[in-house]
Amino acid sequence: MTKKIKNLNLNFGPQHPAAHGVLRLILELDGEVVEKADPHIGLLHRGTEKLIENKTYMQAVPYFDRLDYVAPMNQEHAFALAIEKILKIEVPLRAQYIRVIFCEIGRILSHILNVTTQALDVGALTPSLWGFEERETLMTFYERASGSRLHANYFRAGGVHQDLPAGLEDDILKFCDSFPKIINDLENLLTDNRIFKQRNVDIGIVTKSDALDYSFTGVMIRGSGVPWDLRKSQPYDCYDQLDFKIPVGKNGDCYDRYLCRIEEMKESISIIKQCLSKMEKGPIKSQDGKITPPPKKELKQSMEALIHHFKLFTEGYRVPKDEIYTAVEAPKGEFGVYLISDGSSKPYKCKIRAPGFSHLQSMDYLIKGHMLADVPAVLGSLDIVFGEVDR
Amino acid sequence: MNTLIELEKKINSELTTKIDQSKILHNQLYIDINKEDLIDVILFLKTNKDTKFRQLIDITAVDYPEELQRFKMIYLLLSHEFNQRIILSYYINENEVINSLTSIFPSANWMEREVFDMYGVNFKDHPDLRRILTDYGFEGHPLRKDFPLTGHTEVRYSEEQKKVINETVKLEQNYRNFDYESPWEGTRYIKELTEDNDKKN
Repeated sequence: MTKKIKNLNLNFGPQHPAAHGVLRLILELDGEVVEKADPHIGLLHRGTEKLIENKTYMQAVPYFDRLDYVAPMNQEHAFALAIEKILKIEVPLRAQYIRVIFCEIGRILSHILNVTTQALDVGALTPSLWGFEERETLMTFYERASGSRLHANYFRAGGVHQDLPAGLEDDILKFCDSFPKIINDLENLLTDNRIFKQRNVDIGIVTKSDALDYSFTGVMIRGSGVPWDLRKSQPYDCYDQLDFKIPVGKNGDCYDRYLCRIEEMKESISIIKQCLSKMEKGPIKSQDGKITPPPKKELKQSMEALIHHFKLFTEGYRVPKDEIYTAVEAPKGEFGVYLISDGSSKPYKCKIRAPGFSHLQSMDYLIKGHMLADVPAVLGSLDIVFGEVDR
Repeated sequence: MNTLIELEKKINSELTTKIDQSKILHNQLYIDINKEDLIDVILFLKTNKDTKFRQLIDITAVDYPEELQRFKMIYLLLSHEFNQRIILSYYINENEVINSLTSIFPSANWMEREVFDMYGVNFKDHPDLRRILTDYGFEGHPLRKDFPLTGHTEVRYSEEQKKVINETVKLEQNYRNFDYESPWEGTRYIKELTEDNDKKN
């Protein structure tokens, strides 16, 4: 007598702690082996691109914080660079250094979150407790510079909003000296840990050619052995004056991606240190009065400053008709902005290219033939944040 | 291919009639093609040893409601080997069906689904053309310029029906779009206006 066995359909999420947000993953299981994965996204869709079309360029910046909310300033950077290229504005050197420092802080923030929560998904609790304490310190730096821990709204076309407060540079430097020890501690807990390795080595392998075909960027492609980093290959701001290495994986599995992230954090620390030592006093935003608002002090005395202030905060600056694509190396991969301006003070279109979007769509390819328990491990190493996937 | 200028020459000489227009701007190559040649051009760019655009970065569309051909399709490609970017584009009508790239780049799958969801552009031979970002049962295409910013429906939980329901959107205050733009030009004085009139006469 033959018995017909039907595959089991399992709903993973949208409210599952290991789904890293609101992901509804429909899994088709044959016993414990995953046959098919169909991610349903869009549960966090807020229509960012539509909203940006209805806001001035300056008002659009905060929407970028809300995409990948664990590394907000990296996103703002892409948008600021796009406008700067169209308007052809020079960014003062000090502003470039400040932006790079905060982008690297964002990278560390994102990598700590990813490494520790992925460890949490496969059963290690301690790393997340240790890591989040450091994230808190880093977010205090965000707060001291921009006024808020998460949604910074700090980068502007032509520089940054305000200069760093007194003492912040020293504190960041102190952090750079103490943080390598924390990375060491994390590595002691995870890198040679038997359980962590059993759960990650040879899981979710991506070959070089598949990584290209599936539009992987960032750690996802470097983990597979492709040395591609936009900070090196298409440098923006002052990255070409800094000395850093690009960690590359070998096997393209979850474990190699973890190792890449750990090494990238060490490189970020070295970048921040270099920036701090090279940084000099100077202006922190473009001196073009048609783009940069006048300092508060001048408002009380100068009629012209008052008019400029009023116009910049009502109409906003105008951007000539143009089309441009700019990309930055965000912690998760290539984050790009395709900006179409039409000569008015609002973007005609602003397409956001989020790295997580193309990473998540390969879920079916990555997880086919793996066990159900590998789903959180793979999902964790993809480094998904739903703010940017759903936009 | 070392420089973009060489690349532009190469593409123009190899694909001749398939290229409508090309220009280099902001260190990126912009190319206009014909709708029918999409697959040929992409295949050439991906496989030719002098171009090697092996990564599809993104697919998107732009809505120009006043134009005869309403949508502009945009394809962004990246070549790691030569460190170059290329931007392909072409115009289509509202009801035209275009070729899907899923057979060449598997990553085109979700990107095309997003364009379908946001703009209502249809793709031929797409394995799974469903909505992706909007809600189940959503109507309309949000990124079209004639779609209102506030949308058509809002969602709430109905205590009577014991389920989540969609209703026509009701706002206490309408979305206000202030037009600040005109005064920046400066006032036009009567003297200028009369001068203009004199010239016309």
